[in-house]
Amino acid sequence: MSRVLMKGNEAIGEGAVQAGCRYFFGYPITPQSELTHYLAKRLPEVGGLYMQAESEVASINMVYGAAGAGARVMTSSSGPGISLMQEGISYLAGAELPCVIVNMMRGGPGLGNIAPSQSDYFQATRGGGHGDYRTITLAPNSVQEIIDMMKKAFDLADKYRNPVILMADGVMGQMMEPVDLDDEAPAPEVVSKTWAADGMKGRGHKNIINSLYVVPEELERHNRELGRKYAEIEAREVMLEEYRLDGAEVALVAFGTTSRVCRAVVERARSRGIPAGLIRPIALWPFPYDFIAAVAAGVKCFLVVEMNMGQMVEDVQMAVKGLVPVHFYGRCGGMVPAAGDVLKEVETIWRGGGEQK
Amino acid sequence: MRKVFSRPESLRDVPFHYCPGCTHGVIHRLVAEVIDELGVRDIAVGVGPVGCSVFTYEYFDCDMFQGSHGRAPAVATGIKRVLPDRVVFTYQGDGDLAAIGTGEIVHAAARGEKFTVIFVNNAIYAMTGGQMAPTTLLGQVTKTTPYGRDKEINGFPVKICEMLAPLDGSAYLARVAVHNPKNIINAKKAIKKAFQVQLDGLGFALVEVLSACPTNWGLDPASAMRWLAENMIPYYPLGEYKTPGRTL
Repeated sequence: MSRVLMKGNEAIGEGAVQAGCRYFFGYPITPQSELTHYLAKRLPEVGGLYMQAESEVASINMVYGAAGAGARVMTSSSGPGISLMQEGISYLAGAELPCVIVNMMRGGPGLGNIAPSQSDYFQATRGGGHGDYRTITLAPNSVQEIIDMMKKAFDLADKYRNPVILMADGVMGQMMEPVDLDDEAPAPEVVSKTWAADGMKGRGHKNIINSLYVVPEELERHNRELGRKYAEIEAREVMLEEYRLDGAEVALVAFGTTSRVCRAVVERARSRGIPAGLIRPIALWPFPYDFIAAVAAGVKCFLVVEMNMGQMVEDVQMAVKGLVPVHFYGRCGGMVPAAGDVLKEVETIWRGGGEQK
Repeated sequence: MRKVFSRPESLRDVPFHYCPGCTHGVIHRLVAEVIDELGVRDIAVGVGPVGCSVFTYEYFDCDMFQGSHGRAPAVATGIKRVLPDRVVFTYQGDGDLAAIGTGEIVHAAARGEKFTVIFVNNAIYAMTGGQMAPTTLLGQVTKTTPYGRDKEINGFPVKICEMLAPLDGSAYLARVAVHNPKNIINAKKAIKKAFQVQLDGLGFALVEVLSACPTNWGLDPASAMRWLAENMIPYYPLGEYKTPGRTL
């Protein structure tokens, strides 16, 4: 074990290698370039393959082939590229194939810009592509957490045979922090994938990777089976971090980059006598509805802070069910909320008794 | 009594959904016979397209993928790169391969991906009801070219073998037809070569098979075979366009 300084983008790459991922298929886009540079160098060192595809559409379908063949495989991109991958992600979900997809979010809509943003929350947590499906969505907020989360992401993908999306942004990607790292990349974990279409080789029956169900009764059965799987994920895989919720009357909710800002806001609010606390969903889907509902019973109000025009706030509202006011503070276009500005918002809400403006 | 013909092991004993006179069935059989003869069924992994042959995963008796529209070469790339010792093939129609999937087929060929592509060209989108394909001939009437394909509006039919031949990664390219026994025999030879090129690790291999679609051409099966010979072959000349180390 050694302690090294790493960029978030590189940590995703090394975390993937540590998790036993040996295949990456992707297409260049900012702001995730360092991740691809890292893996292009690193994967051949461990007997893996880095392949640059002709498009994001091709990348995600290469992932589909590699995942169906039984490999731990990943891709990464950002907003526009992730949009292009959506048909493929829907196929992966429909055919129940495990993989990890990294979205280093940038501003949109359209070409937007390459500055940090959290505006792909809806896209990731609602399925994103066509049809009725969900993708497990994880949002780290430190470089060390990225390293640890990559292993978790691949394990969840294999456990549920479902795509997992890891969402961060340019701030997380560029940020350098010290991390604890295993000196030797462990050998890829052998996960038994009896369903993989990797050649029959004496298996005695053929395996098929498919999402087509022509008969309505069969597709409905498939949809219901997927629904049961998603319900199990919702019951078991909620991940969150709570910070100073003890005696809190203003509960902030934030993920990823903004959660770091909000942690500082809680400290400063507390020092000014405002009992603030923070809920940080680590998994964005499944979302911690029950936890937030329980917190709602004991606080005066919520303040959701995001780098978008208000997306996760809808999930918080669904959890709170109108019990107490849910306020929103958002910056977009690459603007990162300043702790001082969020603190002002907290003070204003607090002076108003937590009432909705 | 001597049995002179039987269903290949690589083809399942299930009813095909193809229309009467459609030559997909013949092409399926040729591919299955080649897989049997090369003894690679246990290590074969196929990728089907979206289109009339979307159900190939039901018909070939080996491991199969159903890929999204046009992306079979990308899916096959993922499979073959993970499992280089398997025999990987795609089975794609002309809408799938020569329109929506143009990017994937060109780059798979450019990378010299070591898999085999069976490209079925019947000059029409058949599953969706007979619309113009990238391979529809000039003047050919389809549901979306009711006055015939007009070069001013729709441009010219795409010749895939000729297009892929200059790419250094393509090792074997051939165009065959299945409208009569002689050509069916030649088609099988080409398909076998295309699999052998993969087994020998020589690079990308594609066989374009001119195929009949009586239903959407509005012809009876016998007339459809004649139409293929008289109209498609002159525009899409048969033969080997590239063999390992040689462009013809």
